[in-house]
Amino acid sequence: MRQTRAVEFGTGLFVLMGMAALFFLTTQATGGDGFSSNDVFEVQARFENVGSLKPRAPVAMAGVTIGRVTDIVFDPVELNAVVSFVIDSQYDQIPDDSSAAILTSGLLGSQYIGMEAGGSEIYLEEGSEIFLPQSAIILENLIGKFLMKSSSDSK
Amino acid sequence: MLRDIYNAMMEFVRAFGAFQLFFLRLLANSPSIFFKRFSLVVKQVYNTGTLSLVIIMVCGFFVGAVLGLQGYANLARFNAEDSVGTFAAFALVKELGPVITALLFAGRAGTALASEIGLMKATNQLSAMEMMGVDPLRRILVPRFLGGVIAMPFLAAIFSAIGLFGAHLVGVGLLGIDVGAFWQLMQQSLEIGDIQEGIVKSFVFGVIASSLAVWEGYSAIPTAEGVGRATTRSVVITAIVVLIFDFMITAVAL
Repeated sequence: MRQTRAVEFGTGLFVLMGMAALFFLTTQATGGDGFSSNDVFEVQARFENVGSLKPRAPVAMAGVTIGRVTDIVFDPVELNAVVSFVIDSQYDQIPDDSSAAILTSGLLGSQYIGMEAGGSEIYLEEGSEIFLPQSAIILENLIGKFLMKSSSDSK
Repeated sequence: MLRDIYNAMMEFVRAFGAFQLFFLRLLANSPSIFFKRFSLVVKQVYNTGTLSLVIIMVCGFFVGAVLGLQGYANLARFNAEDSVGTFAAFALVKELGPVITALLFAGRAGTALASEIGLMKATNQLSAMEMMGVDPLRRILVPRFLGGVIAMPFLAAIFSAIGLFGAHLVGVGLLGIDVGAFWQLMQQSLEIGDIQEGIVKSFVFGVIASSLAVWEGYSAIPTAEGVGRATTRSVVITAIVVLIFDFMITAVAL
């Protein structure tokens, strides 16, 4: 009987440890980003180029995460990318002429949307569109321009 | 000479087919054993899982620590040493966790299963059970197979988590990477899908490793030499099959 109890205890301990490890991996090692609100409103912005922005990327204002990208689609009529993202409803006083830019966190980090406040008295709400989008900075394009410039200078 | 090669190939195809049939019988009998004789399965989860904990945890810790060191040495060239956490997490969760756990599992638990069953066969215990009207497949083989399948994903998760802890200890403690950057960059790039990939892999490897170990023991030549060879074969074949499947799952997941 004692033997069986030890086996059962060992098995229970093992499975509990496994579950704890899985829980740790899913919650601590993956992107929590500190944003998990259900009470949100959706906003859209059009970008010429989204770079490598992905759905679930954070939306930050003044460096604080206030929302998350939900969808990125290509608009075949206007030939640009429509990025939809949700913002936590508690931030309902963001001026509607705020600009949105696609930024990179660190040199090799992932891309996110950074918003800069405008001065309008009208606030962003469900279905608003941001008028001042700034596309992602594509490093290859910058290098290309720089090389073109330096080669034309040398002539 | 040619005749030998021909015979060897025919024998391989025959053994492969025999394993498939055996595997189907294992699967067909698994649900009823799982629900009706769960205590047998628990005993095997203890044998394969709990008793493998020490080797898994020690190896996981040192693999993570090495990843921290190697990642630092290489990423520091690009001034990207903050990404050591990301590097270690991806390597552990998606590849090294499931694969090394499966190889250790084959060495620690697979050999135990193969030699135990092989010895039962060599000492006619399996035949004796059949005489008593007990199906050894259901009483002996299926619980061991299920125990391995259940234990593997947990072992792999423990391996990855302890590995991350090792990488953290080396990266943050020894090499002085900022603790915030270490975890935050990891959290930004690792997604739930990556962890799912790791779980799927470890589950598939669990099925492979335990079914092969059980099969090798069951089909062993019932002599001392035969049991020894079956034990060796279970490790060799499991290692090969696990690495082939690892490549295929990764190719599909990308």
